[in-house]
Amino acid sequence: MRRILLCNDTGCKLSGAKNITAKLAEEIKKQGIDHKYQIVNTGCHGFCEQGPIVVIEPEDTFYCKVKEKDVEEIVAKHLVNNEIVERLLFEDPLTKTKIEKYQDIIFYAKQEKIVLQRCGLINPLNINEYLQHEGYKGLEKALSISPIEVVNEIKAAGLRGRGGAGFPTGLKWEFAHKAVGDKKYIVCNADEGDPGAFMDRGILEGDPHSLIEGMLIAAYAIGSDEGYIYVRAEYPSAIRTLKIAMEQATAKGFLGDKILGTEFSFHLKIKEGAGAFVCGEETALLASIEGKRGMPRVRPPFPAQKGLWGKPTNINNVETFANVANIIRNGAQWYSSIGTEKSKGTKIFALSGKVKNTGLVEVPMGITLREIIFDIGGGIQGGKEFKAVQIGGPSGGCLTNEHLDLPIDYDSLLQVGAMMGSGGLVVMDQDTCMVDVARFFLNFTQSESCGKCTPCREGTKRMLEILTRITEGEGKEEDILKLETLGKSIKVASLCGLGQTAPNPVLSTLKYFRHEYEAHIKEKRCPAVACKELVTYTIDPVNCNGCTLCARRCPADAITGKLKEVHVIDQYKCTKCNTCFEVCRFDAVIKS
Amino acid sequence: MCECCSGHETHEPTEKDLQLMEVLSKYHDQEGALIPVLQAAQDIYGYLPREVLECIGEELKIPISQIYGVVTFYAQFNLSPRGRHLIRVCQGTACYVRGAKAIFDEIKDKLGVGDGETTEDLRFTLESVACIGACSLAPVITIDDDTHGRLTKNSIAKILAQYS
Repeated sequence: MRRILLCNDTGCKLSGAKNITAKLAEEIKKQGIDHKYQIVNTGCHGFCEQGPIVVIEPEDTFYCKVKEKDVEEIVAKHLVNNEIVERLLFEDPLTKTKIEKYQDIIFYAKQEKIVLQRCGLINPLNINEYLQHEGYKGLEKALSISPIEVVNEIKAAGLRGRGGAGFPTGLKWEFAHKAVGDKKYIVCNADEGDPGAFMDRGILEGDPHSLIEGMLIAAYAIGSDEGYIYVRAEYPSAIRTLKIAMEQATAKGFLGDKILGTEFSFHLKIKEGAGAFVCGEETALLASIEGKRGMPRVRPPFPAQKGLWGKPTNINNVETFANVANIIRNGAQWYSSIGTEKSKGTKIFALSGKVKNTGLVEVPMGITLREIIFDIGGGIQGGKEFKAVQIGGPSGGCLTNEHLDLPIDYDSLLQVGAMMGSGGLVVMDQDTCMVDVARFFLNFTQSESCGKCTPCREGTKRMLEILTRITEGEGKEEDILKLETLGKSIKVASLCGLGQTAPNPVLSTLKYFRHEYEAHIKEKRCPAVACKELVTYTIDPVNCNGCTLCARRCPADAITGKLKEVHVIDQYKCTKCNTCFEVCRFDAVIKS
Repeated sequence: MCECCSGHETHEPTEKDLQLMEVLSKYHDQEGALIPVLQAAQDIYGYLPREVLECIGEELKIPISQIYGVVTFYAQFNLSPRGRHLIRVCQGTACYVRGAKAIFDEIKDKLGVGDGETTEDLRFTLESVACIGACSLAPVITIDDDTHGRLTKNSIAKILAQYS
């Protein structure tokens, strides 16, 4: 039977995949070939920009931006007559040639998929498809060796925590393994709260068993029989998928008592978050599972000694767990051959912002930003110029042109004042104001600060006030120094990771884009022409042909002018809503 | 049993009260039950009225002060009634860079309510959220369980009209 893969992830669904499945089933039936084809609703292929995506096996023809009305043609032409539907193929943005196969598209060609290997290839709601693709083989192998051997294998592989800080996973497991206690817990942190990161959602919705298998192996390694997956409430479909996967795993005997005929038992539960970013911090997350306000506490004791309900607990993030079964199956040596000296394996990045190809990409550690943004990402949208890339979400920093050839790993990013974080990569072009971006992040961390420790609670608020007045043209000469001093104090004095990293977006933009801050403060000018209070709208008398469109659309009646005569904007009435700029078809409205 | 659930003198237990009782008996002896119970209660009532919180406190033996602390800590919980449709406007980095603020302002102007507020006819509640996780289709909003992406200011009116 040939398979037709149809992505059903949030992105493709939003672009219209919902109706395509039904239409496809209808059409293959109409043609009388429904016994030859199987339609598989898969998770994310990563290339969300091009959705909805349809892949036809075994030739791996990749059709993108498929609409309901295209289905008839795909079935009649491709499935019946074996002819490719040219117009639905992906067009390479650089060479302008049509590319037929999945693997030949540069977006995929430069990737190395370990964690995401099954995403987009299997139906996540059917455990049998996971089993056909080496599913639960890692667990089998783990159960055939001793727990400490499993720990040592993970240590030797060099896997580091994918949630942000990059702590060695094997070491964490060893602490929990050695901890004394009658009861131990395994917790998965699926509270993916970093704005601009969605790789964990991709795994949860596209290959949930890879997470469950990883947690099982961890439980066996540290001697735990109970676990929790803490998922944020903003991911309802991930929660639905996980629940189905857990039921199927229980029915097949991978979860529950005496797993695979051994003495090992493991029970798994889902806990839904309730909307608090700080719960991504491990001690806050544990407090939240216990039903309390999600506030972090001082470490030590670390969760490996005293975690959930005071018992030894091992916490890892989704992507970390999803790596585990691969390491056990293929060996530490194989895994540690990928990546750089101190950062092994791959990392999934969520590529978004002003880049042509957006989506999830899994690449070996040590790849350069240039390869990710310009090869995989296809460069900047609309022929504009690359300005910066924000890496690592609210804990990370903004990097510039000079860092494009930096091999990315945990340590190299820290050295330049950024951070791996959870792997969000938001690309910015010349129209993005870096002071405004810093303000955006501070606004986020300030409102998500739990309020327990003073440096974070008060400090982020003061920093936000200063940044806001700078973007409004009210900045003072001493503000830059104030931001730097304040930022450094917050970093050293805060209780948890949220506060310790909150100033990073400000400090890194101050380091690389200081001139933009200075322009706002000294010249009351926003170089990117993005800060509303510092922008003036005028009409270019050469380009304006008096079509009256802007005057009719202006909500403040600030534009006057007769038909076929040059129009004028009354600066006192103008609310800077940008409407005239958007509606003018003759480039006659100038922002300066 | 507390007043709100038992229908003590003041009123007969409603369908919703009975549903809450069922939830409470399910979680009665479980550790860490408060948040799942509050989530279930909010699903039942649409928000968390004071009487419901008092009832939960009595059943789970947790002081109301502590419950109030938890309810106000998490963004998901609401102490006042909500609209029939919940609009969440993503203000994540990717959406922000691609113009989410203009989208938010457009909806705000169209509905005449601010962040976290509900329209007078209880049709919509408007919220801004940090990240929906659909960054490649930025800017994005969700209305109830539907996701709408690649938005422009002009597409808003048509989308809102789909929800009555």
